[in-house]
Amino acid sequence: MRPQTAQKIAGALLWAAALLTVVTLVVILGYIFMNGMHKITWEFLTTEPESMGAKGGIYSTIISTVIFTFVTLLIAVPVGIAAAIYLTEYTKRSWATKIIRFGTEALAGIPSIVFGLFGFAFFVILLKPITGGWSLASGSLTGACMILPTLIRTTEEAIKAVPNSYREGSYALGATKWQTVSRIVIPTALPAILTGIILGIGRIVGETAALLLTLGGSLYIPTKLTDPASTMSMHLYKVAMEVGAMDMAFGTAAVLIITVFFINMSANWIMHLMRKKTTA
Amino acid sequence: MKKEQREKYYKLMLLASAMVALVVIVLIGGFIFKEGMPVFAKYGLGNVFWGRKWQPSSQIYGLWPMVVGTVYITLGSLVIGVPLGVLTAIFLAELAPKKLVSLVIRPAIELLAGIPSVVYGLFGMTTIVPVIRKIARSIPAYADEPTLSSGYGIIAGSIILSIMILPTVINVAEDAIRSVPREYKEGSLALGATHWQTIYRVIVPAASSGIMAGVVLGMGRAIGETMAIIMVAGNAPIVPESIFSSVRSLTGNIAIEMAYSSGEHTQALFATGIILFVFIMIINSLAMFLAKKEVG
Repeated sequence: MRPQTAQKIAGALLWAAALLTVVTLVVILGYIFMNGMHKITWEFLTTEPESMGAKGGIYSTIISTVIFTFVTLLIAVPVGIAAAIYLTEYTKRSWATKIIRFGTEALAGIPSIVFGLFGFAFFVILLKPITGGWSLASGSLTGACMILPTLIRTTEEAIKAVPNSYREGSYALGATKWQTVSRIVIPTALPAILTGIILGIGRIVGETAALLLTLGGSLYIPTKLTDPASTMSMHLYKVAMEVGAMDMAFGTAAVLIITVFFINMSANWIMHLMRKKTTA
Repeated sequence: MKKEQREKYYKLMLLASAMVALVVIVLIGGFIFKEGMPVFAKYGLGNVFWGRKWQPSSQIYGLWPMVVGTVYITLGSLVIGVPLGVLTAIFLAELAPKKLVSLVIRPAIELLAGIPSVVYGLFGMTTIVPVIRKIARSIPAYADEPTLSSGYGIIAGSIILSIMILPTVINVAEDAIRSVPREYKEGSLALGATHWQTIYRVIVPAASSGIMAGVVLGMGRAIGETMAIIMVAGNAPIVPESIFSSVRSLTGNIAIEMAYSSGEHTQALFATGIILFVFIMIINSLAMFLAKKEVG
């Protein structure tokens, strides 16, 4: 084959691969929306599920997802940001940071069901007097462990992107290390950190396997940390696999996709604003 | 409190936070081994790992069907997902018009990565499974076997997983391709090679360890995936005899039975977790090793 012919064929193949990737997404989205969009009504979003979710709406699972996400972030964000600050601002390359970094990377690869097993053994069983067994507390603590690596990594990147001259300027004015970090570095890195947090939200909203083992799965809205709950993703699984109410499953799936879409959009929007600010 | 003291206190607090991730991974390993080891100790590691029968009601805990199931589904997903992912990555790094990437392809990949796995599962069980069921029922030898003709099984699992690992494979492979030094490409083009010759003789070989890292990470994702697999693979705890067979993954074994298990049965599920944990640790170490290898 002439090289020029090979080049043409290869080019077509590469275009086809990229096109297939995009088409796959369009097909999945199109199919879910076609089957689920008509389910999304005001009533669907604001009434409680009835008979295990076969009838009614998904109101309590939406609220539970919001509460669960909020509590999980409340636990994970401070720890994640503090860890990233330590790893970027306070240490030189030592064996201690190497081990910490290895732990963070390893944690990122652990499958969610294994987090679920751990959460079950530790938070649900061992810490039952505190967490109340299967509960919002157990689920959120498990979820927090899961998003920690993502948060640490994105925050590290954000902090590394802060120009050194900022820090030097601060030190030159007599500020201490902590003052420099807390008043100069973190505020500058904040938009990028926020992007990381938003991406973390996406992961929490879609999480299911670990929560099946820790969150309890009640269809009531939790009123305290020791109450069980059920997120939209868990609810989708249950109505599709156990109840067999496919229309409800498609409706929930459509709501989930729209949620993820908005999460991605806002993360991109913040990044876009940032780039504008830095290039201006 | 004095300034220096306060600084020390803050540093300690930050160090403690940095240790959390490490502590969690140690706790995860610790708890899973503590809960799962008794089953290995009682029945023998080999008997559990290679045991072909999973019957918790009569205290038979053979994990081999789930090991094989996981391996088959994962390999199947790589067969479809890797070529598609790597070609897309090459396209993005070498060929794609910038506008097309930033406005269409990149957001599409992000969205693919963001779609919850239960949604993939729902899509799979209502589109792919019925098609495979139809095909299986048209094969006379399979038509009357419920575990072969349900449509749920290795093929459906592999197809769904291949889509789910795409973002991982594409992103890591693209980074690897982009990090190949410009001079390599320029040198090759200067020698009169076409763009395609440059891509597959120079750029891809130079980026090969990074591309492999992407493949291995995708593999890790496939092995660890739970919800989508449960919803499309059929979950019969049997060693598959055909690619139409219903199979259960290691992850599925845990997720399905945890809700009603107790006592030794629960321990056996933790033992399943140990196998999974070890698999993932090996795979991720391999990926880290590959990712850190120099280009060249």
